[in-house]
Amino acid sequence: MVDERFEPKIVAFLCNWCSYRAADLAGTARIKYEPNVRMIRVMCSGRVDPTFVLKAFALGADGVMIAGCHPGECHYLEQNYKAMRRFNMLKHTLKAMGVEEGRIRLQWASAAEGVQLASAINEMVDQVRELGPLNWAQNWHEDGEVEAAIQRIEEEHAEVMEVPA
Amino acid sequence: MSEKVGVYICHCGSNIAGVVDVEDVAKFAGEQIENVAVSRDYKFMCSSLGQELIEEDIRKEGLTRVVVAACSPHLHEKTFRRACANAGLNPYLCHMTSIREQVSWVIEDKAVATEKAKAMVAAAVKRVELHEELEPSEVPVNPNTLVVGGGITGIQAAIELADAGYPVYLVEREPSIGGHMAQFDKTFPTLDCAACILTPKMSDVGSHPNIHLLSYSEVEDISGYVGNFHVRIRKKARYVDEEACTGCGICIEKCPKKVVDDVFEAGMGYRKSIYRPFPQAVPNWPVIDTESCTYFERGKCKACEIFCPTEAIDFEQQDSYIDIDVGNVILATGYDLFDARKVPQYGYGRLANVFTSLEFERMCNASGPTEGKIVLRDGITEPKSVAIIHCVGSRDENHNPYCSSICCMSALKFGHLVMEKTDAEVTSFYIDVRTSQKGYEEFYNRLLEEGMHFVRGKAAEITDAARQPGEEGKLIVQAEDTLLGKQRRVPVDMVILMSALEPKADAKDVGLQFGISCSMEGWFTERHPKLDPVATMTDGIFVAGVAQGPKDIPASVAQGAAAAARVQGMITAGTVEIEPIVATIHEEICSGCKICNNLCPFNAIEFLEDKEVSYVNAALCKGCGTCVAACPAQAISGAHFNNDQIFAEIGGILYDAIGGNGAKAPAKSKEPAPA
Amino acid sequence: MSAAKKGKLANYWAASCGGCEIAVLGINEKILDVAEAFDIVLWPVAVDAKVHSIEKMADKSIDLCLFNGAIRTSEQEYMARLLRRKSKVMVAFGSCAHEGCIPALANVSNREEIFQTAYHDTPSTDNPNGVRPQTETEVEEGKLYLPLFYDTVKTLDQTVEVDYYLPGCPPEPERIWDAIVAILEGKLPAPGSVIGATTTVCDDCPRTREEKKIKEFKRTWEIIPDPDICLLEQGLVCCGIATRAGCGALCPTVGSPCIGCYGPNEGVEDFGARMMTALASVIDSDDPEEIERIIQEGIPDPIGTFYRFSLAASQLRRKTLEGLDPSGASA
Repeated sequence: MVDERFEPKIVAFLCNWCSYRAADLAGTARIKYEPNVRMIRVMCSGRVDPTFVLKAFALGADGVMIAGCHPGECHYLEQNYKAMRRFNMLKHTLKAMGVEEGRIRLQWASAAEGVQLASAINEMVDQVRELGPLNWAQNWHEDGEVEAAIQRIEEEHAEVMEVPA
Repeated sequence: MSEKVGVYICHCGSNIAGVVDVEDVAKFAGEQIENVAVSRDYKFMCSSLGQELIEEDIRKEGLTRVVVAACSPHLHEKTFRRACANAGLNPYLCHMTSIREQVSWVIEDKAVATEKAKAMVAAAVKRVELHEELEPSEVPVNPNTLVVGGGITGIQAAIELADAGYPVYLVEREPSIGGHMAQFDKTFPTLDCAACILTPKMSDVGSHPNIHLLSYSEVEDISGYVGNFHVRIRKKARYVDEEACTGCGICIEKCPKKVVDDVFEAGMGYRKSIYRPFPQAVPNWPVIDTESCTYFERGKCKACEIFCPTEAIDFEQQDSYIDIDVGNVILATGYDLFDARKVPQYGYGRLANVFTSLEFERMCNASGPTEGKIVLRDGITEPKSVAIIHCVGSRDENHNPYCSSICCMSALKFGHLVMEKTDAEVTSFYIDVRTSQKGYEEFYNRLLEEGMHFVRGKAAEITDAARQPGEEGKLIVQAEDTLLGKQRRVPVDMVILMSALEPKADAKDVGLQFGISCSMEGWFTERHPKLDPVATMTDGIFVAGVAQGPKDIPASVAQGAAAAARVQGMITAGTVEIEPIVATIHEEICSGCKICNNLCPFNAIEFLEDKEVSYVNAALCKGCGTCVAACPAQAISGAHFNNDQIFAEIGGILYDAIGGNGAKAPAKSKEPAPA
Repeated sequence: MSAAKKGKLANYWAASCGGCEIAVLGINEKILDVAEAFDIVLWPVAVDAKVHSIEKMADKSIDLCLFNGAIRTSEQEYMARLLRRKSKVMVAFGSCAHEGCIPALANVSNREEIFQTAYHDTPSTDNPNGVRPQTETEVEEGKLYLPLFYDTVKTLDQTVEVDYYLPGCPPEPERIWDAIVAILEGKLPAPGSVIGATTTVCDDCPRTREEKKIKEFKRTWEIIPDPDICLLEQGLVCCGIATRAGCGALCPTVGSPCIGCYGPNEGVEDFGARMMTALASVIDSDDPEEIERIIQEGIPDPIGTFYRFSLAASQLRRKTLEGLDPSGASA
């Protein structure tokens, strides 16, 4: 077996005002960080619907990060607190679903914190790499077994029907 | 009908192309992403030639959507939206993705960078296909302005606007305008007398035909939106009829009750129960302090009423309310001084001759409690030595991490005043001396020449426990002189604590009331720290002066004027565009569950009692999308960030991941087409 | 309606409790109108019909199939495929077919665990030989087969294409009749839609609503709720905010919080997410530790609370197979 390093795919939702600007700053400052995080801009971390996170996992993400302004510094005054509450709720449910805690992260990053955002990303990528692929769809993938079982029923029925009434 | 998407990959010279294989990304988009009609890469998309490329494709190829993969949308989103608009495409049908800041500048491996860029382009295409045409709306701007706070900042803002010919309502909580500056004696570094430069401005405000001064008043409620605010102001009862009062002051003279003045005199002096904070107060109508007034305490006295020549005293007066409409608001609510008691080792409140900076200001002031004489707490003894302690409550992890910005210069000013008025030696205990503005360093040098002593070290303790000869009866400042690397004990007669500037105790409530945010400490947050220093995230609400962060008088005045200029710009324009990125509640879906109503800090969500549904006032909505994400019935959609757009973006950004449950991903367990 | 125009109707019952079949009878005497409009070709609870006769029918010869129950075995999947092939209109009838319902709560487990519990661990089980269902058993006469029991319960539309959905556990008789009328009159919404309201239970709930701020989630046994005030505002986790209207707010009206049987509102992709986000949004605290406490103490069973009816249809569909008994994870 080839010992290839697992490269997780992480989706990050960044608020327009602080964390997306932190990502801009990390870029402008040429801070190199792990390429595994792919970013989606929303106006506020308060816009992040738990469905986004669940969907990302279902579509193959190995981890999800939600990033917003620091508490008390939200550009919409207090909406990041709502993001925090939802994050806690979602984490609670994901835990019950068997998703490891390390696969979801709430990160505060101000527009000046390019370095902090980059190192949070690196940390998370390492953590998720350690956890391995999530591959969620595999959870309900049934092998050929199902088709074989249905085939058997079809054959059985066909056999019965061959018997003259 | 499927969309025709144009994809443009910018090289940004070699900024992007040096790391990302732009041709490969363009090829990928053109060949592998559905509905991409045109896919190009170009040296500089933001150049006029680059923009023309897009415009031409829209016209000739009939593109209905545009994706530009280049720098951050914060830099050029407007540029490309404009280009689309030029070619007749609604600007919101264009989407930018940042393959420079998020890819080429942060990833070294070229292949990996190219892969990430592809995913981002795929996400952008998937998203932009679902974009909708949006149009900003326009609302008129009321030319009236509300200025909250009558300190030097608010005064400046009000005068600028009034002089330009626009009506201003200036609301001040205290009985007089003037703010902290009215309490000062001299101002650094020029040593102008504060009153000499402030009082003319104050009387200007009092008499200006365009300024409606509402002193001893507070903003009770504000609603509406940029250009169209409705404000209710509570005018607190003065118990003096403003129409009748001439400001002669006989009532004050005759009032038999004297109390300590904790506000204006910082506890150093007295005032009567009917009083004006200081002689040059504007307006000069007095006010009765009901807490100490004998009539309000015991039901008799009425000396003021008896002696008033114009029958202006009205014990029955009630708070009254004034409703006004304004287009813009300037918040210049100032600051509070750090309570030096919170640093017990400095002994303020316990050791008599430890003074705060404000107490010392009053002491130096010729019209102050000591008539300008610098004396110890006994009121007679002139100090022979004075210590000035910097950074009391500032630059201190236990209290406020920030620098209060003005204290170094104030300390130098105090040093000068002490040496000018007494023979005392002055020693300053500082961490750093910060004198960065025009004329400040020169003033520092002047004080060095005048013989003020400087010890570089944060004072550890101020004590009256003498340990060495010469310390008896003195206050001893204990500090490590970090330049000498030695502990020092400096015995002095008087200590002045340079207390930090702190946000007003109610700053966060005021922020909430006006729909603007505060920093963690409580300073109002400006829209951009460098490029938009007086606007806020809430259109039509501006901030100025120390309320936004510690600053000195020149900076405060500049901000007051800047805010006034911004407001004038709004008034001159006459109308203001409102961003179309707002939330909408679909009333046929809304069940009126009231989950969303409390979530909006801008009060944009109303409940329509007749229809039993909630409603978003688009003019108040800032487009954060919190309600959209919260609605359990999914009755709220957020323009430009709706669920389908974001779902599509998630699907696109994971285009190379193993598809799961998504509607578009082929589900393996589904039945193949019936045989 | 003349006999010549009589259509064919099939009702079927997969992984479900059977309540949906009974609910059809809840339309009372109108069942006669149904019998007049349709020949009932299959209805296990009421009519003696044989699968073989369905198999012999031409494709698309059944006009309407009301399929209730989730898909948990290969036999059910076979029937779903068969009926899909034979029917013009396939309706996922009731919560199980629509979104998995209670049977799909088994998705927190897997086949191995379920068999272990059902055939070994329960105190009433007497199974000294450790007998378990096998898909194939050799006997003297040849091989005997049992259907395959899946690890994961599926909804009907995760199995075959579904034309319409009729939500509810079970669907209310009035809504069933509305749907039958709509089908008979050809006044159907776009294929793939739910036949029902597009708002949520609160719309029908008579309780008064003021301000939602939650400091503590309460269980139903902890309080006697005020009869007039919104149950959620009293701290009870009422799913009415997120649940499609259609039942007439039966439960909250009588003081019992809605548990969400009518499924999510139109266009919602994950019922649990809507509940989580709405509830979390109105938690009255900004302190992370307090928030954590309110959630941990108030929602001890998040899957059972948020996905009681919709686990199979949710984005994640089930609890991860990993971490469950590994011997069952291979299927």
